[in-house]
Amino acid sequence: MWPVIVIALNTFRENLRDKILYNLVFSSLLLIGASVLLADLTIMEHHKMIADMGLAAINLVGVIIAVFVGIGLVSKEIERRTIYTIMARPIKRTQFVLGKYLGLVMTLSVNMAVMVIVFFATLWLYRAPIHGALIQAVALIFVEVLVVTAIALFFSTFSTSTLSAIMTLGLFVVGHLTVDLKGIAESSRSEMVQAVVTTVYYVFPNLEILNVKGQAAMGVHVSYAYQAMAMSYGLLYAALLLAGACVIFQRRDF
Amino acid sequence: MDAIHVEGLTKQFRPGWPGRPPATVLDRLSFSVQQGEIYGFLGPNGSGKTTTIKVLIGLIRATSGTVELLGKPAGDVPTRRRVGFLPEAPYFYDYLTAEEFLTFYGHLAGLERGVLGKRVLHLLDMVGLAEAGTRQLRKFSKGMLQRVGLAQALIHDPDLVILDEPMSGLDPIGRKQVRDLILGLRGQGKTVFFSTHIIPDVEMICDRVGVIVKGKLLATGRVDELVSHGHTQSVEIVCQGIAAEQVTAIRTMATRLVQQGSQTLIVLPKPDLLEGVLAEIRKHGGTLISVTPHKSSLEELFFKSPGQADHIRPIAGV
Repeated sequence: MWPVIVIALNTFRENLRDKILYNLVFSSLLLIGASVLLADLTIMEHHKMIADMGLAAINLVGVIIAVFVGIGLVSKEIERRTIYTIMARPIKRTQFVLGKYLGLVMTLSVNMAVMVIVFFATLWLYRAPIHGALIQAVALIFVEVLVVTAIALFFSTFSTSTLSAIMTLGLFVVGHLTVDLKGIAESSRSEMVQAVVTTVYYVFPNLEILNVKGQAAMGVHVSYAYQAMAMSYGLLYAALLLAGACVIFQRRDF
Repeated sequence: MDAIHVEGLTKQFRPGWPGRPPATVLDRLSFSVQQGEIYGFLGPNGSGKTTTIKVLIGLIRATSGTVELLGKPAGDVPTRRRVGFLPEAPYFYDYLTAEEFLTFYGHLAGLERGVLGKRVLHLLDMVGLAEAGTRQLRKFSKGMLQRVGLAQALIHDPDLVILDEPMSGLDPIGRKQVRDLILGLRGQGKTVFFSTHIIPDVEMICDRVGVIVKGKLLATGRVDELVSHGHTQSVEIVCQGIAAEQVTAIRTMATRLVQQGSQTLIVLPKPDLLEGVLAEIRKHGGTLISVTPHKSSLEELFFKSPGQADHIRPIAGV
């Protein structure tokens, strides 16, 4: 376990010293500021508008970091050959992969914590209610970001950064459309189309399950059972991707 | 137990296109490195040195053959506690300071915090970077990176140190420092295996050498044994007071004649001809200045293709 922590802390330190990360935090603050500006321009429901924009900003920035840092987590180490000296140490390849993932998760946690604090502060300043539904939404956004990070890391173990970015973003988009895919499968008369679309529905991540931002902004809770199911689904999906990443990385030549 | 034992190591890379034959990068290499010795792995660029080292470290897997480090198969994770490694032209995490960098690698090797602090300072001092400990690696020169790389290879006090081209990119002072460092490691009873394409580095410090060309091991053994294996030892004679060009007997025996002022350089292809030429010099009133036997060198081995090296006998016990 110790090497995982050492790798994770070093990845976290790398992220912190990476200026791109600071820029993303800065841009998220701008987005939340913009939400306030837009709320001022609306006549009604400006509390909802602030909550909506704030949650969207947290989600967007989290996913951007997860994708664009995640895709380089392993591939960058191989391209720059820093992997050589790491793998010469008494650590298992699995520990390296998990350490890299954990390091980025630490970065995302800190980043998201800062954004949530700014978001809640904004709500408080505008005397908007800070209710439990918002916390539910943030928790599910965090799980979504964990899944996206695992997707990026998975591709990063066998592909270049550019290709990984394209594939991760593609899966992210498809992940938000899988509900529609189920509708297509149900309405199609072709058995083959039904089979293909149903397979895609079950194999690809259903990220829309983790999206409760709209109702949370209106103060509507989801049930705890739903939240537990959605979080378990997301965490299981991320775990499977990590297992896949470990298997692929285990077999690689450098 | 040998520090490194390699038997029939072959590495093939899969072809880029189906139907093409695989590329054989290492072809049935067999050698061993004894504990406590400095072993030089000599070969031109692209000969397979780095690939061999990658197999030793466990970065790539052998297609066939046996590779053991300190009695365990290559890639064995616990054994890596006893192995230090510096890759060729290393690139490190440049956002770390030298101290952070060494501490990171020390932690990965399982060193405890208390021991590690002292060890980091000691190693920085040893490689001449004591003043640069708090500087980020991105501000280091190539030579400094090479030295801090050496320090990371030694941070956990390994028994076996594997260095891939440790002197590349270093100025003459840096090269001497690295040579001294390697000799110092042997003094501490460590085993050092290093690759290079620079012959004098090997001749100066290695106990034994392996010469690899085009993925095949041409020869392995002690440096003096290898250089005396060549059958074509030439002899250089310098004499004066004689116009050697005009002596037919000398002209026919020599492969080269150079007249400089009153002195003549005569190069003979084999020592058997020496007595005859000396007799001719005396007969024509010349004075002998010097006779230098010219042994075959590692350089000659280095430039031979595998097919040309059939006369080189494998060294017993390797």
